[in-house]
Amino acid sequence: MGTSGNDIVIALKDIRKSFGSLEVLKGVDLVVHRGENVVVLGRSGSGKSVLIKIIAGLLQPDSGSVQVLGQELDKLHLRELRELRTKIGFSFQGSALYDGMTVRANLEFPLVRNKRDLSSQEIDKAVEKVLSDVGLSQTIDQMPAELSGGQKKRIGIARTLILKPEIMLYDEPTAGLDPVTSVEINKLINDVQEQYSTSAVIITHDLTCARATGDRVIMLSEGCFLREGSFEAVFDTDDPGVKGFYNYNFISATNERNQ
Amino acid sequence: MRIFLLRLYDVWQFTLQFWKEVFLPPYEIKEVFNQFFEVGIRSISIISLTGFITGVVFTKQSRSSLAEFGATSWLPSLMAIALLRALAPLVTALIVAGKVGSNIGAEIGSMRVTEQIDAMEVSSTNPFKFLVVTRVVATTITVPVLATYMGFVGMMGAYLNVHQNEETSFISFFQEAFARINFLDLLMLIVKSAIYGFTIGMTGCFNGYYASQGTVGVGRAANMSVVVSMFLIFIEEMIIVSVVNTYR
Repeated sequence: MGTSGNDIVIALKDIRKSFGSLEVLKGVDLVVHRGENVVVLGRSGSGKSVLIKIIAGLLQPDSGSVQVLGQELDKLHLRELRELRTKIGFSFQGSALYDGMTVRANLEFPLVRNKRDLSSQEIDKAVEKVLSDVGLSQTIDQMPAELSGGQKKRIGIARTLILKPEIMLYDEPTAGLDPVTSVEINKLINDVQEQYSTSAVIITHDLTCARATGDRVIMLSEGCFLREGSFEAVFDTDDPGVKGFYNYNFISATNERNQ
Repeated sequence: MRIFLLRLYDVWQFTLQFWKEVFLPPYEIKEVFNQFFEVGIRSISIISLTGFITGVVFTKQSRSSLAEFGATSWLPSLMAIALLRALAPLVTALIVAGKVGSNIGAEIGSMRVTEQIDAMEVSSTNPFKFLVVTRVVATTITVPVLATYMGFVGMMGAYLNVHQNEETSFISFFQEAFARINFLDLLMLIVKSAIYGFTIGMTGCFNGYYASQGTVGVGRAANMSVVVSMFLIFIEEMIIVSVVNTYR
């Protein structure tokens, strides 16, 4: 894991978001420093995905301010928001690869539309570089349907890396993967942080992922941050909500099987 | 009623956005050509078959009625009027609505529910331009071409049937056929088909773009694309025919 700087890249203040009568985020504050991996942990439905979609500008908060790389999202015009998004990479839970395109076309897609002055040789080189960085050079001419879940995640990450983002947002990066592949994805997240000097917000309910990738861990429950700190510090508490989440992940499931 | 009005407002906004985006660079030329292929080339076989059969069957069915008045010589002009004024644009549009409209609704709907559209958005590209503008432009341009082609194939079918029964020559058949067709008929064939193509593209894209609720939503988007397109095409046909007949 990388070292944290003091430069703030993401600052959320008093973010609230409701869907109908359901209040998903109830006044959330979050600061992410340059070079830092922040893990937001929480149960399904706790508002984690909504939180990073707000950071990416895919959802608008009902109230509160979102500042990314020093720019207030709600004050940006669409063109400025698109400009800012070239510096933000988003790895989706289901990878969101374009079904109708090969891996090469998936990776070229953001590049040819954002860096129109690149030659075809430069584009090829960039595609080969990111594929090699995620360890999947051999898949370049395959279709997404021919890839495994872990490979899709890696290609999804490669597609965001091709624009050399400053911030990475990972939505459940290990969801649906076997433990071995999950460990590989965790390692890739750390490698990306090191090689591309990215800051990241990692949304997960997987404690192994949180421990392996997080410089700082935040526990989100029912739309509020419960605890924040290092992985060990967050779970060094008697709070039943936090303790229960930890026990269920690491202890209870094993105990139940043994009984 | 409130939901219907809100939906109508969304359609209005969607249409406005199309007209705004279609003229603004950057242009997705390569994707437009991909869509020409998807909409046009892939529809040629079914348009050929339907056009030819329509020409033959319509000629056969009309012959007996005209024969009662000894007017089978009117068959070429009757077929030209029927095919070029009404059948070719209408049947082409209905086929494209069923074949391409459902495809557009399902494809974009599936991209919506699997977050592929969000992925385009966060990678600083304009999904509306890439997905919607390209498809609507392709359907608007391709349907008139297909309708003209269907008119031609239908006339060939009619000619073969007339030639077989009345031994009319190729030249006299087409001279007779086009004697009753004027510039307005040919212009309206193109204009009507372009309007139908635009309707099919917009309806498919709108339903797909706002799909929700997973695979059920994708199925619904595909279904709505066909049903709404066909309904709108019939309404447009009635309005256009009424307006054009006042100038005829």
